[in-house]
Amino acid sequence: MASQFSEAPPSLRSGVVRPGFRVDPRLLWAIGIALLLLPLFTAESYRLFQLTLAAIYAIAILGLNLVTGYNGQISLGHGAFYAVGAYVAAIMLDKLSLPWWSTLPAAAVICGIVGWGIGRPALRLGGLYLALTTFSLAVAVPQILKYKGIEDWTGGVQGVLVTKPDAPFGLPLDVDQFLYLVTVGIALGVFVLARNLMASRIGRAMMAIRDHALAAEAMGMDIANLKTATFAVSAMITGLAGALSAIAVEFVSPDSFQATLSITLFVGMVVGGVASIIGPIFGGLFVVFVPNLAEEISKSAPGVIYGCILIAFLFVLPGGVAGLLRRLPALLRRR
Amino acid sequence: MNGFLHQVIAGIATGGIYASVALALVMIYQATHHVNFAQGEMATFSTYIALTLVNAGWPFWLAFLATVAISFCLGVMIERVLMRPVANASVLTHVGVFIGLVLVVSNLTGWVFDYTVKPFPTPFHDGPLLGGLISGHELGSTAVTLVVLGLVFLFFRYTRLGLAMRAAAYNPASARLVGVRVGWMLALGWGLAAAIGAIAGIMVAPVVFLEPNMMLGILLYAFAGALLGGIDNPGGAVIGGFAVGVIENLGGTYIVGTELKLTLALVIIIGVLLVRPAGLFGRVVLSRV
Repeated sequence: MASQFSEAPPSLRSGVVRPGFRVDPRLLWAIGIALLLLPLFTAESYRLFQLTLAAIYAIAILGLNLVTGYNGQISLGHGAFYAVGAYVAAIMLDKLSLPWWSTLPAAAVICGIVGWGIGRPALRLGGLYLALTTFSLAVAVPQILKYKGIEDWTGGVQGVLVTKPDAPFGLPLDVDQFLYLVTVGIALGVFVLARNLMASRIGRAMMAIRDHALAAEAMGMDIANLKTATFAVSAMITGLAGALSAIAVEFVSPDSFQATLSITLFVGMVVGGVASIIGPIFGGLFVVFVPNLAEEISKSAPGVIYGCILIAFLFVLPGGVAGLLRRLPALLRRR
Repeated sequence: MNGFLHQVIAGIATGGIYASVALALVMIYQATHHVNFAQGEMATFSTYIALTLVNAGWPFWLAFLATVAISFCLGVMIERVLMRPVANASVLTHVGVFIGLVLVVSNLTGWVFDYTVKPFPTPFHDGPLLGGLISGHELGSTAVTLVVLGLVFLFFRYTRLGLAMRAAAYNPASARLVGVRVGWMLALGWGLAAAIGAIAGIMVAPVVFLEPNMMLGILLYAFAGALLGGIDNPGGAVIGGFAVGVIENLGGTYIVGTELKLTLALVIIIGVLLVRPAGLFGRVVLSRV
């Protein structure tokens, strides 16, 4: 996965731009934001809920992509952080009656700490073994959530019910529209931050560690701390998505956080595009809308279709949708 | 006291299953540098094949052998069709293909053989032995496991083919130069792993009953066992597998209760990594970045 390095820095790139291929970035931003706002007026509330969910998954997948795609630490257990975030939000809302917006930073911070705690021992493992260990975390999560000793807080098997917040200041929005706006706004913020992070010195160090740890260490990078910090930041972002999901779904229970959730996030990452910032957007849309589609192709085995799509992507489009988009101009020009 | 002893022996019996899967993990890792996540799902599929054959009137041991042979072929086929094209791709791609395999095989199992829990026959005299300490099936499956472990060890240690497989994994370029067909060695490794998995599945199915997610926990326990014993040490993996079986049974009975049994695997894995990352019998690798 060395594709990121094919992009030359902007100063070089401007020299080889072909006429007619340059679009004012401000125009792109305007079009993008208009597209994001469009469903507010056109979509009915269930469709809006699905789009909210897609945005939440996009955030979660972005978190996974930072640690797995950019830093090369394969995690199959990010559903655990998603679950922790969701439970933190649900407990704060239901048991402590705190305002909804306070749950988001709290979930992020707690997940960051948990992520640090998992990222430390994870340093000992690379590649497949890390994947298996994090997968065992994903498998253990529902059992831990059902544990009797913490039932007063987590509600045990029954889970916790929460309600969506109303729009403040008398805004003319219903709960679904408001939540969509909040989610998309947060997603936008997180994506911009992640893009800036990956364009920074730290971001380049993260990729250098993935591509050649020895060389990175020789250049003076503190590999252990950087890898652990990446794990923590990644867990933070995914936990934030989990908190949003608890508010959007209005319910958390151990069975919503089975190991399949972690696998879903992984599939979304691969399909959207590994080590890509915009990839997780497509990943989020994929994991929300394609299972329904797969069910239409074959009623009896949507999971088989899902797995086949994943393998097909790895074989044909290893860069995912984002990789395809990146190559599209070149492919069109060749015609 | 008798109850305690019974738990220990039952733990050794399930530990035997973990030991064989742990051995498969370590051996196959040494022979191919792959850890097949879908191993559990493939084993479950094989167990269903065995059940189908038994229900069709085949004698148990014939069905057993046929299933092992079929699983071997399926394993080879999967390597040829799915793993070969991505042999030079990154580990992430491999993990992706494994996850795809898990999804396809587990859902295929549910689709073809439906999701109801099915009882599975045991070939052994199923009654209490030694004054109720151990059941016939536990004794029999432990024996089968030990025989398989011994055979696998002898195969890798003393046959030309086993040596060639180890060489292919250790140093593919040199192995190819001396005439080892490296690609086929990998395929053989996959076949062997699938066959061992099938045996483990058939031996565990009478205890846990047959359903599509039967092996999910077992792979994790096996992995915990392999880590505990030392991931690069086949003998250690076997001992680790038995130890995890006993720890799981005792912990499940006396400490955490059955609801948290799977978490125990996670605790063992993280504990080993924090305290003694090389495992009990593993070589300490000083620096590998």
